[in-house]
Amino acid sequence: MPRKTALFERTADLMTSVAWKEWAGYAAPCNFDAYSEREYFAIRHSAGLLDLSPLAKYMVTGADAARYLARIWTRDITRLKPGRVAYGCMCDGEGKLLDDGTVACLDPETFRVTSSEAWLGWFERHSRGYQVEIEDCTDRLAALALQGPLSREILQAVTEVDLDAMRFFGVAAGSIAGVNGWISRTGYTGDLGYEIWIACEDALTVYDALLVAGKPHHLEPIGLDALDVARIEAGFVMQGVDYISAQHCLIEARKSTPEDAGLGWTVNLERAGWIGREALVQEQEQGPKWGLVGLELDWAEIEALHEEYGLPPHLSPLACRNAVPVYSEGGANEKPVGQATSSSWSPTLKRYLVLAQVHRKYAALGTRLSVEYTVEFERRTITGTVVERPFFDPERKTFTPKAAPKGAS
Amino acid sequence: MSAKGAESNPYDAIVVGGGHNGLTAAAYLARSGRKVLVLERRHLVGGAAVTEELYPGFKYSVCSYVVSLLRPWIIRDLNLSRHGLRIVPLECSYTPQLDSPGLCRWPDPDQNRQEIRRLSRRDADNYPEFGKLMGKLARFAKPFIDELAPDPTSLRPGDLWQFKRAADRFRALGDDLVALQLKLTTMGGVDFLREFFESDQLIAPMSCSGIIGTMLGVNSPGTAYVLLHHYMGEIDGSSRAWGFPIGGTGAVSDAIAASALEFGAEIRCNAPIANIRLKNGRATGVILQNGDEIAARSVVSGCDPSLTFLRFVGKENLPADFAASLENYKNRGSSGKVNLALDRFPEFVQRPGIGPHVRGDVAIAPSTEYLETAYDEAKYGAFSQRPFINVVFPSLLDPGMAPPGKHVMSCFVQYAPYDLASGAKSWPDHREAFGDAVVDTLAEYMPTLKEDILHRQVLSPWDIEQEIGITEGNIFHGELGLEQLLFQRPVAGWARYRTPIDGLWLGSSGAHPGGGIMASPGALAAKEMLRAGAV
Repeated sequence: MPRKTALFERTADLMTSVAWKEWAGYAAPCNFDAYSEREYFAIRHSAGLLDLSPLAKYMVTGADAARYLARIWTRDITRLKPGRVAYGCMCDGEGKLLDDGTVACLDPETFRVTSSEAWLGWFERHSRGYQVEIEDCTDRLAALALQGPLSREILQAVTEVDLDAMRFFGVAAGSIAGVNGWISRTGYTGDLGYEIWIACEDALTVYDALLVAGKPHHLEPIGLDALDVARIEAGFVMQGVDYISAQHCLIEARKSTPEDAGLGWTVNLERAGWIGREALVQEQEQGPKWGLVGLELDWAEIEALHEEYGLPPHLSPLACRNAVPVYSEGGANEKPVGQATSSSWSPTLKRYLVLAQVHRKYAALGTRLSVEYTVEFERRTITGTVVERPFFDPERKTFTPKAAPKGAS
Repeated sequence: MSAKGAESNPYDAIVVGGGHNGLTAAAYLARSGRKVLVLERRHLVGGAAVTEELYPGFKYSVCSYVVSLLRPWIIRDLNLSRHGLRIVPLECSYTPQLDSPGLCRWPDPDQNRQEIRRLSRRDADNYPEFGKLMGKLARFAKPFIDELAPDPTSLRPGDLWQFKRAADRFRALGDDLVALQLKLTTMGGVDFLREFFESDQLIAPMSCSGIIGTMLGVNSPGTAYVLLHHYMGEIDGSSRAWGFPIGGTGAVSDAIAASALEFGAEIRCNAPIANIRLKNGRATGVILQNGDEIAARSVVSGCDPSLTFLRFVGKENLPADFAASLENYKNRGSSGKVNLALDRFPEFVQRPGIGPHVRGDVAIAPSTEYLETAYDEAKYGAFSQRPFINVVFPSLLDPGMAPPGKHVMSCFVQYAPYDLASGAKSWPDHREAFGDAVVDTLAEYMPTLKEDILHRQVLSPWDIEQEIGITEGNIFHGELGLEQLLFQRPVAGWARYRTPIDGLWLGSSGAHPGGGIMASPGALAAKEMLRAGAV
């Protein structure tokens, strides 16, 4: 039974649809209207505003906070400077992925951790011997995502924080619409965007101020459907969709290492003393089993397939999260080599995008595979080619107008 | 039927006792074309799984009150759904507190998490992990309740094969789970749970599963193991779910009886037996209390081991070491039952309303100290003044159990030791005081309860022994301690339904895999009799 977030009264009021879904125990809007396209295009052409409050959030403080986080996180948090955020993941002792998320360094002894689900039990189990306090602030702290090319202008209108100088993955404290909070240049859309962290009692004030400031810029409140398309374009994996947390896997073989889920880049095996490293060193010696790949489905084949049934190609405005089999090139009679876990038509790129986990030897760029594709229950396959991820990667995502010269910190 | 007539056309098997296991054994034997007679002492079948209308319009599940372990293969084999078996799931496990809203454990994981977070965020995060671990261990243990008890002394290929399969399953658990399994078999319930949780309000109700039907406390070693039994239950393949049978637990017995009758079994009520008839050390039938003798090729007992052997067979007819083991067998009933007919629903003051929180079971188990204190009194032969009570409101799940707007309330109460300090036979003098202690305890949580009561039935373990016949009123036909389970139930060497008396079989909760409305002992005993060509 989902609960309401601090913004429920406003989002419920703005929605003309009644399309809610459960997100980590909270009710979250899927879309505000009958269709999510307007919201999607707001993310790519103006800006979208999302209630991110259901995200699990923790404050980790104390003299050993950095050292402790460096133990449970794949990234070396001891090297994370105040004002910076690191994306990374968390493994169990066998090196299997538990969850992914961000760690923000607010000051040398204060960190904010986000994850897709609750981990307080795990965090506390590994905190013995460290001078560290862990607070689950999920219910106390609201979060908003303001994402899109105009997000900087909109947010700058309500804050003193100099956004032109804030670099990608930066974080700063400041006043937003008159209330104290934090702004980080992070997001789940692969676009220019910010996330805003404020106390729940201030959430409505900030949300409303952003709606007002955003009005001339065509800001739209957005729901999870539009976000899902954007995150697939950005090539981001989602816990529970593209990989199953080792905590929830019932079948041993379904557990993933960071390499298996495309998060190998967050892992530094040179660094010692973090949970899961030993197992991952072994994995590296034997070579990882799986790889996460971005596939582009062959549009001509999709068209031809529909033509066989006398149909025009049908494109859903929604991303698809039903895992389907992937075969080596040649169709469903060939060898099964993995599964496609997320897919979506990209309205911006005009390409059909798929995230898939496949055996390592089929993960090289340019590899041609067959992905199951269904026309009204008729199971067929379409050729998909391994392409570069992220699929969509605009320059504005990382561009900082007043960037400090290289070399200065 | 005259004794003489019976001799001329003997039964293949006589089932002594029409409890759910006896009926199940009869149904399986009849299903295989055997001529079967069930003899029940009371006026109705069901044993401890009976529904009785003791106050006009109000039906009590007199003794047993919920179902979970009833084996799915037996439901299918005996067509129990067609014979009226309907089980609705309990919606919640509620543990009220006097000064706070208490704890509801829900089937929905997120709802559950939010509820536990109010007590401890850490516990809320650990709870699903604990459930997953216990689920894995239960999957290891579960095959044991669907097959013959393993025999560690046998070198027969079939037995070795069974051991190998169990060993393979054990190895497949992995090192961590093997360690956990060993902890589970040796630790006290509370200590075991404290390795996962910190909130006493959560640990207390969880630890109760470990003491039900035993004369042990929540801190006693070995009680952790019984926790596992609660993770083995299922309804329609959904594990851990507990349910209430429409029509009360008597409806389960009635469905099995209907199945047995359809397969051709004969059931005779009001037919108490005096003895199992022996000839040259072999069971050849039974002698009824009215003197009638009925012959049969085999006799299978649905009664508890002590009653079956020490009373119906007689110690003098048993091998001495077998009789000695039986005398050491721990029955020692520790629980009683209070059933109430209510004029209206007695709301909980800390969680008012008739919501989903009361459409499940309610455990009066506010703290582990409360539970241990309850045990302290029982150790020295007194019933607990503030006992552990497990409450179900059957009328909220099945409106047929009470007139419209009225309710019935079923209260399982522990501890009520069979052996009072003043002797078991003094229970009639203490029965109403025991009932008062239960109602007083409940009234602290439900202030209007006392004025809502229209009728009250109080059953001490002594009453259960008198009414239902179970020795010392132990609901499981003997404690479910590890020392009395598997190849040691009821006695080492005699765990496969055979007995030292040729032609006499044991198919009751006192046989492997044990108590609860499971029906396995009856079914497995019948199958073993058929396999051995005994009927």
